[in-house]
Amino acid sequence: MPLITYREAIKQALAEEIERDENVVIMGEEVAQYNGAYKVTEGLWEKYGDDRLIDTPISEAAFSGLAIGASALGIRPVVELMFMSFSYVAIDQLFNNASFCRYMSGGLMNIPIVVRGPANGGTNVGATHSHTPENMIANHPGLKVVCPSNAYDAKGLMKTAIRDNDPVFVMENTLLYGEKWEVPEEEYTIELGVANILKEGTDVTIVSHGRCAIISLDAARVLEEKHGISAEVVDLRSIRPLDEETILKSVRKTNRAVLVEENKPFCGVDAQISHMIQYRAFDYLDAPIHRVSAIDAPQIYAKDLENWQLPNEERIIASVLKCVG
Amino acid sequence: MAATKKKTAKKSAAKTAKAKSFIDQPINQQLSKEEKIDLYSMIVGIRRFEERSLRAYNQGKIGGFLHLYIGQEAVATGIVSLMEENDHIITAYRDHGHALAVGMSMNECMAEMYGKHTGCSKGKGGSMHFFAPDKNFWGGHGIVAGQTPLGAGLAFALKYKKIKGCAVCFLGDGAVNQGVFMETLNLVSLWDIPVVFVIENNGYSMGTSLKRSSAEENLAHRADGFDIAWEVCEGHDVFEVREVANRAMTRAREEHKPFLLEIRTYRYRGHSVADANHEKYRTKEEIEEYKRNKDPINVVRQQLMKDGTLTEDLAKQIDKEKKQEAEASTLFADESPVAPREEIQTDVYWEVDNDTEGKLKGTYFFNDV
Repeated sequence: MPLITYREAIKQALAEEIERDENVVIMGEEVAQYNGAYKVTEGLWEKYGDDRLIDTPISEAAFSGLAIGASALGIRPVVELMFMSFSYVAIDQLFNNASFCRYMSGGLMNIPIVVRGPANGGTNVGATHSHTPENMIANHPGLKVVCPSNAYDAKGLMKTAIRDNDPVFVMENTLLYGEKWEVPEEEYTIELGVANILKEGTDVTIVSHGRCAIISLDAARVLEEKHGISAEVVDLRSIRPLDEETILKSVRKTNRAVLVEENKPFCGVDAQISHMIQYRAFDYLDAPIHRVSAIDAPQIYAKDLENWQLPNEERIIASVLKCVG
Repeated sequence: MAATKKKTAKKSAAKTAKAKSFIDQPINQQLSKEEKIDLYSMIVGIRRFEERSLRAYNQGKIGGFLHLYIGQEAVATGIVSLMEENDHIITAYRDHGHALAVGMSMNECMAEMYGKHTGCSKGKGGSMHFFAPDKNFWGGHGIVAGQTPLGAGLAFALKYKKIKGCAVCFLGDGAVNQGVFMETLNLVSLWDIPVVFVIENNGYSMGTSLKRSSAEENLAHRADGFDIAWEVCEGHDVFEVREVANRAMTRAREEHKPFLLEIRTYRYRGHSVADANHEKYRTKEEIEEYKRNKDPINVVRQQLMKDGTLTEDLAKQIDKEKKQEAEASTLFADESPVAPREEIQTDVYWEVDNDTEGKLKGTYFFNDV
């Protein structure tokens, strides 16, 4: 299987879907002539032209709303936000119109759009460009949100998202764009709402998503080697819909849970998961559920401090030891 | 309407002086007698529906907000009468007139406001959120200017699919001061999108007059900053609305160009029924003067009486029928059931509603059970 980058995997998904469905249109800032601010769409404009790759002005609210309106008449827009942080200037469109038009029309409408772009910190750019709003998105019934942690998932989930008849947010990660994974050449898709067990274990379940799942996996290996603790790592892939059964099955086996995410802790994704575990697997728990989130402050600029603010191997290991010990 | 001393307002006043001739313009001359009667009936129907809604609201039958279209009826009626097969419309929360004009029934609209299962959105949208995609009507949107990029998107889809048609996106004079509308004007001009924005300028954004909210009171002038064609007209004469809107819609369809149309109109009631103080920000005389001189029903009735289309008896009969239809809609709404509780969680996700076999994995809804 060829090793390709996370960036290349997403590009392949976009190109394949453009070729599969004449109504798939990519739009966003710098996506066409400039080849993408993060080069995810590199070469696509040259190959598919102005109709399929559309450069937009810096007007997130207008082009997000335009995509929603166009989707009502059968277009399948894939909207790139240069950063998911920029969804904040388009909140009325993305969080009112995309999520609620179907409901308020009593099911007469549906909004088949994809909103994609990086949602991560750790890049030394300060608080305004480091949001991870998957919790906010998941708080809006009508929206779906996925957080691929690797190239294989990024491609498979992106293709499914584009074919989905509801609005799906795909949360990417600039720190993963250049990383490589094995991705098959033949076509595949990955269903939404299905978690992936990255590593099996018996002593504790680590639940995570996005890049944090990769860090959790690294932490789990250290825990195994240095501390003799067998951790199972569940990569959620999809936040809404959420694969609750895989989480519960794992926790019922290990009797302990540590939840790791890049979100700030208050009302983070893991707050919901923590509630769900205690409600549905209370009798199986041998210890309180532990959480490792971003340290609860606006994202700091200083690189060394930001690296500590985000969940890292050291903090995850400390939390697992506390939970198990 | 807020008085304005600026140039274009005068230009527009000059147009009003010519108003008598609008019914004689080709787009109106081609109307059959039946079609003219239909226009009249629609304007009367909207008025009677709104009056009956107000009573129902005051009786406590309708909850939430109620934004009445009384005084503005000729705008939606005139423009919707120009819609061709591939034209689409979208509007804001003062949407009852547009809904009835595209052919939605009084029953489904009234039942929606009563929160009943038989409502156009099963009671999930309410007064501000009527939809009828089968009639090319895409809502009914509650947030000021939130619908404007959606209107652009409908038109974008037409252009992308090489379908000859246009989208008409209605907004109020308050919406012009929302950033998203200005972003959208830039986009539609940049991309040559066949959308007609119709500013229904009733002079007040909620309780704040145009003068107190917009630095340039001639709202259509904003189009100049985006290189978009514009026109201003009065909204009390359905034939004037048709004449001017026809130019804008034809241009959009034929040339794939956007257009900004400012239609000066007036609402008799407050912003919503809850706005009981509307006589504090405008005078009784101002309201009375509009009713006396520019009432959309009177204006069309006088013209149709004059050209022999309408008789006193027929006018009375139409009025009676529309009152009865509105009354009947309240009975229908009253007797209709509220949707069962299970309906709270339907119409959220298409994939769930359609139970796509083998595709539905994971949890979609998160209540403890």
